[in-house]
Amino acid sequence: MTGPDQASSAPAQDDPPRRRGWFSRLSESRNGLGFLFMLPAAAVLLFFLTYPLGLGVWLGFTDTRIGREGVFVGLENYAWLFDDPVFWLSVFNTMLYTVVASVAKFGLGLWLALILNRHLPFKNFFRAVILLPWVVPTVLSAMAFWWIFDSQFSIISWSLMQMGLIDQPINFLGDTWNARWSVIAANVWRGIPFVAISLLAGLQTIPQSLNEAAAIDGATPWQRFTKVTLPLLTPIIAVVMTFSVLFTFTDFQLIYVLTRGGPVNATHLMATLSFQRAIPGGQLGEGAAIAVAMIPFLLAAILFSFFGLQRRRWQQGQD
Amino acid sequence: MADRTTDNSAPLEQFETLPRRILVVYLPLAVFVFVLLFPFYWMAITAVKPDNQLTDYDNFSPFWVIGPTLEHMKFLLFETSYPAWMWNTVIVSVASTVIALFASVLAAYAIERLRFRGARITGLLIFLAYLVPPSILFIPLAYIVFQVGIFDSRLALILTYPTFLIPFCTWLLMGYFRSIPYELEESALVDGASRWQILTKVVLPLAVPGLISAGIFAFTLSWNEFIYALTFISSSENKTVPVGVLTELVRGDIYEWGALMSGALLGSLPVVILYSFFVDYYVSSMTGAVKE
Repeated sequence: MTGPDQASSAPAQDDPPRRRGWFSRLSESRNGLGFLFMLPAAAVLLFFLTYPLGLGVWLGFTDTRIGREGVFVGLENYAWLFDDPVFWLSVFNTMLYTVVASVAKFGLGLWLALILNRHLPFKNFFRAVILLPWVVPTVLSAMAFWWIFDSQFSIISWSLMQMGLIDQPINFLGDTWNARWSVIAANVWRGIPFVAISLLAGLQTIPQSLNEAAAIDGATPWQRFTKVTLPLLTPIIAVVMTFSVLFTFTDFQLIYVLTRGGPVNATHLMATLSFQRAIPGGQLGEGAAIAVAMIPFLLAAILFSFFGLQRRRWQQGQD
Repeated sequence: MADRTTDNSAPLEQFETLPRRILVVYLPLAVFVFVLLFPFYWMAITAVKPDNQLTDYDNFSPFWVIGPTLEHMKFLLFETSYPAWMWNTVIVSVASTVIALFASVLAAYAIERLRFRGARITGLLIFLAYLVPPSILFIPLAYIVFQVGIFDSRLALILTYPTFLIPFCTWLLMGYFRSIPYELEESALVDGASRWQILTKVVLPLAVPGLISAGIFAFTLSWNEFIYALTFISSSENKTVPVGVLTELVRGDIYEWGALMSGALLGSLPVVILYSFFVDYYVSSMTGAVKE
């Protein structure tokens, strides 16, 4: 251990005498200095992150509205939500959205990463260009999708009609299932770059000699992929997919731009429903209850994707 | 032409035939690039189309534009509050990035190098804070922002954005600080430097790439933020670009697609330009955060 064991710093010799006091004594001890250095970050995080997290749980137990203090009502909000079919629809939608979009993002992202891991001309250019959907503000790219999914002038409908595949424009965002698939497609589009570039970074750490050794032993490309590349990539897949699931599950922007939860709540996610009940609807308590209801689902999703994938690595390591 | 030399990036590529390479590499790559970039092309081409060509697909090819116009941009810049939204977004992004960087540098240094009692736990808590999504915080935060009396002001955003910037930047900078050898700090200590001097004169100059990564990443995250800006801001002149374009330019049932797409295009340009200068820093901050 080469740790800075003599960490208490010598006070600067030319300190004016009046500044010596509690401050200089504090900054002489390692714990004191650590406390001082942590202060700005801790102040922001405690006041604007930890406190609101607790306050959100509390608000969920009250009937607070915008402009009116609430009183404690126990589990009334949750009992109300339990009987609310729209809430359960939003739970279903969130699950569908998260599962389908995450699986698609993983499959396509891994495929793209494998392509980019090959020797390609203009590789850096492709890598830079592919990250663009992730860099551009989601709301603004979602507006481009809004226009692409227009019910009358959709460029996709027009192209398919020109090819003679369909007779009339597809009602992308006006039909229950069409709308669901459309928002999922937009989310996948937005998420592929993150998955692909992160997995590419993981792929680049795998020594090629392992693949070559397997090839000499007669492994087919598919066997090399499933028995060499994938097991070595699993730890990073676990982390990337945990983040991906987390961001997909709590998505708000895309839905808010494309459908605002419509048609007839068919695309409401828990986050958008919580916003709709709390801000335009004014029912802060109920909105907070929906947000709190996301937490167990969220923890389950994180634990599943993290430990599920970790265990696979362990199992594969055993055989 | 690609596999002339022995290369390390993919196994045994030199044994592949060209037709097979086209089928398994170039064709899928072309489809990926087309799908990932088409929305931007569509955004850009719509932004410069004259109104009569916007929806007239029978007489004009929708994929091209004849006589591009800057009418939509002019409308945006001179007849809406767009410049004000742009200005707000710049101020909010820069201010929250500066606050986040300042707090994160100190926190990361303290956790990684001062090793005060509880540093390890603090580091873990910071990581957990990164996992708390804004969509479960915005309701109580709106309540707090209102109580504090900064509702509908830029200050509300400047103070709340660091909640998701600080955990990310701290985590990233901890990784960078870890890579700086202890010996440098020790010799500075022996020479009589104070902790503050070590941080500013030894550690920070060596961590400049990390600072750039964290800074541009934080700037991009604040530029793209939506749910807080939507919830905490109500008057038009205080809105940010994403919120302003969506809530003020969409009126009634007739969508002004030209103006909307111009707004989206202009609002994306600053981050895209920044990104184009610092691609490698972006990639390293993105993958760095994942690899830890």
